[in-house]
Amino acid sequence: MSTGGVTERLPRLLSLVPYLLARPGIPVAEAAADFGISEKQLRRDLELLWMCGLPGYGPGDLVDLSFSGDTVTVTHDAGMRRPLRLTTAEATALLMALRTLADVPGVADTEAVRRAAAKVERAVGDAGLAGVAIDGPSREEAATTAAVRDALAAGNAMRIVYYTAGRDAVSQRTIDPMRLLIVDGRGYLEAWCRRAEAVRLFRLDRVEDVVVLDEPAAPPPDAEPTDVSEGLFRPSADHRSAVLLLEREVRWVAEYYPVDEIAELGDERMQVRLRYADPSWLVRLVLGLGGGARLVEPAELVEAVACGRGRRSARWIGRTVRMGDMMLVVLTVVVGVVLLVVLLLLVLPPVRRFTRANAALRAGVAGRVAVLRALADERRRGSA
Amino acid sequence: MSSARAERLVNLVLCLLSTRQFLTAERIRKIVPGYADVRGDEAFFRMFERDKAELRELGVPLETGRLSSFDTVDGYRIARQDYELGEIHLEPDEAAAVALAARLWDSPELAMPAHSALVKLRAAGVEVDEEQGRVQPRVRATDPAFAALLAAVRAGRAVTFDHQRGGVGGPVQRRTVEPWGVVSWRGRWYLCCYDRDRAAPRCFRISRIMEPVTALGPVGAVQVPEGVDLMGMVRQGVDPPPATDTARVWIADGRAHGLRRLARVVGRRSHGGRDGDEVELDLRNVETLARWVAGHGPDVAVLGPQRLAEAVRANWAAAVAAHTEPLVPR
Repeated sequence: MSTGGVTERLPRLLSLVPYLLARPGIPVAEAAADFGISEKQLRRDLELLWMCGLPGYGPGDLVDLSFSGDTVTVTHDAGMRRPLRLTTAEATALLMALRTLADVPGVADTEAVRRAAAKVERAVGDAGLAGVAIDGPSREEAATTAAVRDALAAGNAMRIVYYTAGRDAVSQRTIDPMRLLIVDGRGYLEAWCRRAEAVRLFRLDRVEDVVVLDEPAAPPPDAEPTDVSEGLFRPSADHRSAVLLLEREVRWVAEYYPVDEIAELGDERMQVRLRYADPSWLVRLVLGLGGGARLVEPAELVEAVACGRGRRSARWIGRTVRMGDMMLVVLTVVVGVVLLVVLLLLVLPPVRRFTRANAALRAGVAGRVAVLRALADERRRGSA
Repeated sequence: MSSARAERLVNLVLCLLSTRQFLTAERIRKIVPGYADVRGDEAFFRMFERDKAELRELGVPLETGRLSSFDTVDGYRIARQDYELGEIHLEPDEAAAVALAARLWDSPELAMPAHSALVKLRAAGVEVDEEQGRVQPRVRATDPAFAALLAAVRAGRAVTFDHQRGGVGGPVQRRTVEPWGVVSWRGRWYLCCYDRDRAAPRCFRISRIMEPVTALGPVGAVQVPEGVDLMGMVRQGVDPPPATDTARVWIADGRAHGLRRLARVVGRRSHGGRDGDEVELDLRNVETLARWVAGHGPDVAVLGPQRLAEAVRANWAAAVAAHTEPLVPR
């Protein structure tokens, strides 16, 4: 940390005497750590303050310090008993942070946060949150989030019942909690999920039940904390993507869900690429939007919605969308072949019988003709 | 900052805190060490002006005034009650909350003042232990336009900015507004203001306001109307309407968990030969509930009211129609 800046050293110098006054005999190292500076820098600051005081600048007018071993005590404060009040920027940053903590249930003990905010606000007076309004009374904290925080503080593993919106399903997981964080106004628990064998972020308001386990949380040493600096959603190889055409009234979809490749189509219509994990989720979304959104890709899901098949079973889609059609074709062919065979089997014997009979008939006729001819010949010979 | 300058400024603060009278610059020059060595009036006054500006920038309440009407030049003093941070005592759990709050921001424009606020609270005797172990709340960088808008609210100045209607990728419009205040509502920030282009009060979501935010006109020109309810303005535009009716819905076993989270189970019921639960849902807005219900297809059935059932059917029909027509760019 830089220590020479105009805006850093003077406020520190003005805070140091009251700070030490409140903590007689504090180790120099501890004071340095609290101010975020080196011990050497702190000693330099103290030497400077030792030269300061009230007009007259006699022995009784100057700031007086006594060092004993590694500790320091202020013996004369020269009238610097309290720190300078908070600037508007300081008060705003701190009070806004406190209000944010109070507004996101689960990350901190909201009761204590609210009490602290009230006290800080009273102490800062005019510098408070003028021109800033924050919604209060804060939402009630659920018993589950308090349990999550306690388990985290105690360093225990836990078993949770968790609602996953992407799959619209509830599941039970055993997790090793790592930390709590706030992203976009919502509280999340980061933990190692033993089932997924990966680091996962669990939204606190979707934790439905918590059982604190009697074993220490032990995330594997290589479990990496999530980088949330670019937002929560990170596309992964498991994600599929769909192209959606959004009408004006459902443009909010692009703000609500992770999209990219945004293209304006005029008339406030837009085309976006949406990442999703579960096809049935996407079909639910599109069906629900009732024509406000049109799928362009992937084709099989377009067809699923177009056939109104999603209406019959949204879950079925995506896995077996073409199976039904295939089955029908196969069935038709099979039935056709069977019918043909049966027909052939039924038709062939009579034909054969007929040909055989025909041949016999012909043979019979030929025989009779021969006999008749013979008889006629005999008659002709007899009359002659 | 040079040690000499720092020393001079600390002495100046101590001197002005200890006096009840206004001290003229000439008097200060004589009694505060560091000024006496300066050669020439011009050099002294330049140095003194710079020092005053610096103290004011740090928030030191430097008062200017004359002791009597006979005085010909202004003098200076610091009123102790304006300078000193008020009494504050925090319980351990409150101090822990303050420590968490001080580490909440990850953008420097809020993280730095939050840290210096913490330093001052410590100097006021508050014990704040920064070691919080596993609780590490981090708030992603606040909306980029936030700081500039807050500054404009404080200064009472009009601002102009580009606003993205409907969020990401939306049409961009230039707006000129008189800011009244910023409001946090359900974890999101809004600017409440008077929109000069529309000649009406309005709220903008701050994440949709693009940088740069340019201040216009003189400081203090914007007057917040008497009795304006900033929170009410946001709530009116953002909050879901109150529940007007109750919808009764059947949900198949093991399905539609998201909907179940909002519902109250009334009893068991079978529908179309499948087992499930009959549940009640607050009906605030038919379109919104129809959107949630329609997505679930045959896993959810509307039992009442009729208008909800019709809205769900209309959604299905429209979705099918939109996907049957050939894709032609309009």
